[in-house]
Amino acid sequence: MNLSLNDVKRIADLAYIEIDENQAEATLAQLSSIFNMIETMQSVDTSAIEPMFHSQSVSQRLREDIVTESDQRVLFQSIAPQVQEGLYLVPQVIE
Amino acid sequence: MQWEIVIGLEVHTQLSTQSKIFSGASTAYGAAPNTQACEVDLALPGVLPVLNKGAVERAIKFGLSVNAKINSPSVFARKNYFYPDLPKGYQISQFELPIVQGGSICMQVNGVEKNIRLTRAHLEEDAGKSLHEDFHGMTGIDLNRAGTPLLEIVSEPDMRSSAEAVAYAKTLHTLVRWIGICDGNMQEGSFRCDANVSVRPAGTVKLGTRCEIKNLNSFRFLEKAIDFEAHRQIEILEEGGTIRQETRLYDANKDETRTMRTKEDANDYRYFPDPDLLPLEVSVEWIEQVKQTLPELPQARRDRYMVEFGLSTYDVSVLTASREMADYFDAAVKLLPTQAKLCANWIMGEISGRLNKENMEISTCPVKPDDLAALLIRISDGTTSGKAAKTIFESLWLGECGKNVDAIIEAKGLKQISDDCAIEKLVDDVLAANVQQVTDYRNGKEKAFNSLIGQIMKAAQGKANPMQVNTILKKKLTKK
Repeated sequence: MNLSLNDVKRIADLAYIEIDENQAEATLAQLSSIFNMIETMQSVDTSAIEPMFHSQSVSQRLREDIVTESDQRVLFQSIAPQVQEGLYLVPQVIE
Repeated sequence: MQWEIVIGLEVHTQLSTQSKIFSGASTAYGAAPNTQACEVDLALPGVLPVLNKGAVERAIKFGLSVNAKINSPSVFARKNYFYPDLPKGYQISQFELPIVQGGSICMQVNGVEKNIRLTRAHLEEDAGKSLHEDFHGMTGIDLNRAGTPLLEIVSEPDMRSSAEAVAYAKTLHTLVRWIGICDGNMQEGSFRCDANVSVRPAGTVKLGTRCEIKNLNSFRFLEKAIDFEAHRQIEILEEGGTIRQETRLYDANKDETRTMRTKEDANDYRYFPDPDLLPLEVSVEWIEQVKQTLPELPQARRDRYMVEFGLSTYDVSVLTASREMADYFDAAVKLLPTQAKLCANWIMGEISGRLNKENMEISTCPVKPDDLAALLIRISDGTTSGKAAKTIFESLWLGECGKNVDAIIEAKGLKQISDDCAIEKLVDDVLAANVQQVTDYRNGKEKAFNSLIGQIMKAAQGKANPMQVNTILKKKLTKK
């Protein structure tokens, strides 16, 4: 698979990572080598093998539907940069 | 050109669990901001999700009620996007293997039955809430809702009008409350619809480009948004334009939809299986156990009411609008099985009317099913008249005379005269006093009959059984 510089910039954009032109070039080289490795792995014939969704072949443990947590807002908000009326404040987002 | 509208719906139902889908925090609505958001909901470092059995059970229950396949295993995936009300940077959802696959919902539109196929229903977590009021140029975040379990129910594009979309949404709304997996409260956001709308020339098969409308939290908005959107698309196409695939928001104040984001800047969610959660196995025994807890479903109940009681399509659809209503009817009709229609009429008429007026639900109706049955028994055995029954109903509603129907009839003098001898005497007296009208009737003046009835009822102070009066009067007039 051929990765372009634009692909790298789009991925950075989706991941909210700011990168300049030089970093983008370097990242392209690194990502490309990773893709090459994946390409090599994909040359193995796996058509007869059922895909796994998890590396361990055990199943999900469940908890009973019971409220076990109490209000710890004061504790949690003690490390928040800004709070008001119980709300966490973040830079304005309007969609 | 004739256009066909094609609609598919995605409905987010909040599951009625006590605790969140992946944490032990409470899901109760209306708490002070962030008092029900624990470490897991806040995505603090090092926390791990643990799946709520109650949420899975409700999803299974839904799957069974729509004859879907319950997938085992089903798999949780991360849906990646950045928004402050989603602190992890991803929403845990299901992608490739949802817990519920396929199934269908049968609905009624204008008296015609139609089947809507379901694509899937998957478990996921809800996000928090952003408050955009001015906090010194900042946005306020409340994470109480973050992690509330949702079942997203996705239909196939099987609906052809806004009326069908509303009928489907209402049928689904009834069903999720009926089986007790969701409280259905639309004001509180427990039941939210997104609509995928496209149009195509009538008679063609290929689907048109669709737009997704978000933010539809009432049946009325759902209908208006679809009508607006279909009209918008048809107008563009008729002017030779093309539809751009996009997400649109419905603005109820302006009654229009507008662009929220286009496909080009749509999120690439980069789904992948969540390594924090193992595949979910649902055993055959568990499915069987859940099946045992399913109540008789609305469709089955509708069919039974029609076959067993001969009620009309309209009557059964009103009686099965909610499980509480249907249970009320069942409890009452059990006490007078031969009078199902009378029973239905009273529930749909007197009771529903009064509940509406008082803004009450049938579950809190002061006249219980056995009270109603006792009253209806007295109508059908002729003890009291249908008219007097309304007065008795009022007394029952107010809890007078210990809610004893016979005591009320006695106390208010509402007993109907049904004794043949007593009625014959009344009739004889009236006939003797109205010789002219008797002659008129016998000479073919039909109207005289009604006048005589009126006078007999007046003499009886309205208490004589009208059917008996009618029969006896007719008998006496024809017997010279």
